[in-house]
Amino acid sequence: MLQKISNAMHKNSRLRLASLLAAPLLWLVVAYLGALTALFVTAFYTIDSFTGNVIQQFNLGNFQDVLTDIAYRNVVLRTLGIATLVTLICAVFAIPMAFYMAKLAKPKSQRVLVALVMTPLWASYLVKIYAWRTMIEPETGVIDWLLGPIGIHSPGFGGPAIIIGLSYLWLPYMILPIYAGFERLPNNLLDASGDLGARNWYTFRRVVLPIIFPSIVAGSMFTFSLSLGDYITAQILGGKLQMLGNVVYQNFSINLPFAATIAMIPVLIMGIYLWVVRRTGALASM
Amino acid sequence: MQKKRLFSSLVIASAAALVLSSCGSSNSASNEPPKLEAMKSLGAGEGAVNIVAWAGYVENGSTDPNVDWVTGFEKETGCKVNVKNGATSDDMVALMKTGEYDVVSASGDASLRLIYGGDVAPVNTDLMTNYADVFDNLKNQPWNSVNGVSYGVPHGRGANLLAYRTDIVKPAPTSWGSVFDVNSPYKGKITAYDSAIYIADAALYLMNTQPDLGIKYPYALDQKQFDAAVALIEAQKPLIGEYWGDYLKHVASLKSGGTVLGTTWQVNINLAKGEGTKVEGIKPAEGSTGWSDTWMISSKAKHPNCAYLWMDHIISPQANAGVAEWFGEAPSNAKSCDLTADKNHCTTFHASDDAYWSDVYYWNTPTEACLDGRTDVKCIPYSEWVKSWSSLRNS
Repeated sequence: MLQKISNAMHKNSRLRLASLLAAPLLWLVVAYLGALTALFVTAFYTIDSFTGNVIQQFNLGNFQDVLTDIAYRNVVLRTLGIATLVTLICAVFAIPMAFYMAKLAKPKSQRVLVALVMTPLWASYLVKIYAWRTMIEPETGVIDWLLGPIGIHSPGFGGPAIIIGLSYLWLPYMILPIYAGFERLPNNLLDASGDLGARNWYTFRRVVLPIIFPSIVAGSMFTFSLSLGDYITAQILGGKLQMLGNVVYQNFSINLPFAATIAMIPVLIMGIYLWVVRRTGALASM
Repeated sequence: MQKKRLFSSLVIASAAALVLSSCGSSNSASNEPPKLEAMKSLGAGEGAVNIVAWAGYVENGSTDPNVDWVTGFEKETGCKVNVKNGATSDDMVALMKTGEYDVVSASGDASLRLIYGGDVAPVNTDLMTNYADVFDNLKNQPWNSVNGVSYGVPHGRGANLLAYRTDIVKPAPTSWGSVFDVNSPYKGKITAYDSAIYIADAALYLMNTQPDLGIKYPYALDQKQFDAAVALIEAQKPLIGEYWGDYLKHVASLKSGGTVLGTTWQVNINLAKGEGTKVEGIKPAEGSTGWSDTWMISSKAKHPNCAYLWMDHIISPQANAGVAEWFGEAPSNAKSCDLTADKNHCTTFHASDDAYWSDVYYWNTPTEACLDGRTDVKCIPYSEWVKSWSSLRNS
């Protein structure tokens, strides 16, 4: 029996490939795409206004609500703005840090630095955000206590606090790909650029940046998509400010189809983002 | 070419998933709750019971070693108690819809939704020895029964209070006006409950301050009244530092001074005081919104016997006294009043003082048919309340 199977496999390469890919494809299609499809389908349902039970009837009301209510346009723009700023801040911090780690630090301290960048990932997300809550707390928080005397005050709970919290959370996801990018950058390119008379900034702009650009894009996909879907940081640090994730959280228990409609927005934004990234060719060289 | 084939197979798979997912059971709206049978007789416990409850309703001594009415029950019945706290009534409805929980402590803005949604079953009150001692005016009320069929046992009742930090807010507030005053000196440090039902708090305030609107019952608002209430909370938004849903975060804010004024529950005041915060809660001059909660059993309960045992236990004089005192509410069992540690508890919380409850409006589910009996106008149903609230929170 086994012999027969192995013979059949040997003869038929397609069968071989199919049996190899069956399990992961099943996972991808059923669990992953299936969930996305269910989400997409649910967005067209509606609910019984009293009991909240889902009524499975094709209906465009949810999309109409999202498009006509200015509050949802605001929350989309706000979320986009926060995700963009978080990504920029992460990049600004990550590039010099990754450069130092990859090019300037000694091999021994290099390992220590990589470990240090990774350590925050070992602590619970919630613990870190609650720690930021006690830091940002107006008047009684750590920031006001430490920096108050020199005139720097905590921004209080709201948009800036969310941006600080998210930038802190996702920074390692930006540093690591860029670090890997710098590792691949041959040192002699920098030397050659210097020998040909380019100054540091010029070398960075014309030699380093084009080479590490795909790494930055890889990092930005993490920071951007993670920020886009986040709701817990907004809940804890955002004061009364809400992001897209909060709208989903607020509605999934009462109006699941509407929550599904809202949840389509980040999917759509990420789709557009990936398409743009693909157009720049960054994905191909990653 | 191959890419295309992969793509087309994905499309087929998605289409299949689409068909599958639309074959699920569908529930449509009806004016009668689904016909469900109450349990006929009590059997042996199943070893566990899964409970959805308000924070503070199911205490096993882990919050405070002296506050425990669960351990004894577990020993006596062999039913291990698993509890999941719900932050809002909407949470609780969603949790009960999963079918993973046996009992729920539902407030009036959840109970009817659960009954008509077929999520809870009628309750055979004869199976509970303590039901006879429950105050008669809490039994078979519009929020815990339909057409004379009981869907649960009354737990207790209380009012939503106005909390204020006694060391910061001076003079002490006496009216809900203090949280709606656009010139409030406490701007940015005021809080409100993060649920659509909070619109009723605004309506209650307008009921007292703008009689022209003709609001008679804060859960029955026609378009004009509803718009006025929403306008009031929109004007209030700049005053709010944080809306609260998570009671622990709320208590922490009261303690740190991030919140100094706003709506709360007695149990939060007790917790904050326990941590040394100078805070008090009052029922303001306009009266208050409040709750009269009901223990209900899921129609899909996997542990129905333990569920009945729990419902009987939680309204027993001892446990009911414990929870009433811990949460800061009036007990539902008349005999509880003799068992509270503070002998004046029932007087303080007006357990049998009907006059006190006359200006407490228990949470209810707004429907299109006005709950105050008006037939000449349509009222705004709760789903619209939710939309307005969501819109307000995200604008």
